[in-house]
Amino acid sequence: MSVLLIEEVGPATSVQDLGRFGALRYGLGTAGAMDRFGLACANVLVGQPWNAPAIEVGPLPMRIKVQEGSVRLALSGATRSMTLNGAPVQMHESVCLAEGEVLVMRASKGGVFSYLAIEGGISGAPSFGSFSVHRRAGLGSPLARPFEGGDRLDVGSMQPGAERRLNLPKAVEGPVRCVLGPQDDYFSPEMIAQFFATDWVISATSDRMGYRLEGPPLTHARSPNIVSDGIANGSLQIPGNGQPLLLLADRGTTGGYPKIATVITADLGRAAQTPVGTVIKFQAVPIEAAQAETKRFMQLVHQLPQLCQPIGQEGISSEMLFAGHGAGHATNALDPQT
Amino acid sequence: MLHDPALRILPCGDAALTIEFGETVDPVLNARVLGLDDALALEALAGVHETIPTYRSLYVSYDPEILSFGALSAHLEQLAARTGPKPPSPRRWRVPVSYGGEFGFDLEEVAKGKNLTADEVVRRHVAGDYRVYMLGYMPGYAYLGGLDQSIATPRRNEPRLVTPAGAVMIGGVQAGIQCLEAPSGWHILGRTPMRSYHPHRDPLFLLEPGDAVTFYEVSLAEWHEMDKAAEAGECVAELIILSADQMAGGVA
Repeated sequence: MSVLLIEEVGPATSVQDLGRFGALRYGLGTAGAMDRFGLACANVLVGQPWNAPAIEVGPLPMRIKVQEGSVRLALSGATRSMTLNGAPVQMHESVCLAEGEVLVMRASKGGVFSYLAIEGGISGAPSFGSFSVHRRAGLGSPLARPFEGGDRLDVGSMQPGAERRLNLPKAVEGPVRCVLGPQDDYFSPEMIAQFFATDWVISATSDRMGYRLEGPPLTHARSPNIVSDGIANGSLQIPGNGQPLLLLADRGTTGGYPKIATVITADLGRAAQTPVGTVIKFQAVPIEAAQAETKRFMQLVHQLPQLCQPIGQEGISSEMLFAGHGAGHATNALDPQT
Repeated sequence: MLHDPALRILPCGDAALTIEFGETVDPVLNARVLGLDDALALEALAGVHETIPTYRSLYVSYDPEILSFGALSAHLEQLAARTGPKPPSPRRWRVPVSYGGEFGFDLEEVAKGKNLTADEVVRRHVAGDYRVYMLGYMPGYAYLGGLDQSIATPRRNEPRLVTPAGAVMIGGVQAGIQCLEAPSGWHILGRTPMRSYHPHRDPLFLLEPGDAVTFYEVSLAEWHEMDKAAEAGECVAELIILSADQMAGGVA
């Protein structure tokens, strides 16, 4: 067991995994990583299961120090520059820190949340199968709140082995895809067209509960109130003032405003990584296409360990590995093809 | 009932859907929601994760890698057609409340609006026979049906940014019990020491959708005593399981 000391930390930095499932019916929301793909990338680099608990680092800088033992870490998700004892360190690569060494992560650029995963994981006790911090519900492990300077964490100790680099697949670009509904019938076709045509700006009052979107207000064709019903991660709710609210990991489980559309699973992380003050745009896709995208997204998540390779073998591309021309195949004497 | 024209199945993204029985707050619709919820739980269908029963709809979270929206919708439509409303639950809670004063800071104003004394509003609130229509928004937040409509009061124009944990409140035709501190536009009549949710207690949650609820008044001194016990993990509210005879006779 090793110990990490959080020396300096900004707001909205907490332990997150996939979230807490099974108690939505009691009003207990899921919480969970805002960008599941970022979480998965960091975890696989240090040999953890893709959905293991890691540190979700908010937009501001963070400084950590290894207080006892030695640890292997990796940072993925939103881009930021990092230094270890003053020397630059790359994202999407594992790195080892000996006792007393300090890792500085600067503010995120072009994204919001980064994920810091630790080999051997974070010590704690799950509730409803999850470590995810849900401040309002008083749940989360090892702390039931976001980090503050001076917090200490028991974590796994570094194991012998080479460092690894993740060859990130090309990022998806373009509008964030959604499925219409469940209450798109509360809006005229013109208003639905306006919703998808608008360059919405993420408001500064956004947090893990939801992002407020600023732009020309939408009007309802029917009442702006509905009899409260369930709210999915990625719901685009339109309250009475016509300014959309993109509801995310820490949302309430039910609500009483119409939801014009819902962001698809594969694009949730991309939406959550849109910084305050920048533009987000949406595009409607049929439910069948959305579900096909989710399958592709999960396939990619499960392939991530194969996209990691030991540093020092950069000559081998992921395409070569997939095409069967990788080092493993070339030296396999039992393979009649070689 | 092979085809119900009021029944609608709506996608909530690619990993959840809502099956709607209607668009109103109605005990009959709510009983159908709870009936379908039970039937679905009994099936334990692969790919169905969890549900949120609400006033008039059932939210179903599912794994799109296992179930398509089309297949799950067709299945739910058939299941709803052959599933009846859930019979009233034999579970009845007696929930202690300290009314008025600093705990029920809206009691006087509600009474004034109805030309009633504060005591009479409390009497009518205590006399009510409530049912948990749904738990939602925040952990342990119970939406209750069964409010005496003579004390029903429209929500405040300006919601308060913070209302206390344990608030016993009314808003429009509904009544509610809030567990955690939260913003609210409802009127606060009193406060219960009961924690419908407690992160360090087994069970984490007390109230279930469909449970019957009645309130009884306690003094401030009793309230403080109970509050300490509740914080330490005691249930404080009393749970009565009615017998079949009591249920049939409608006796509390």
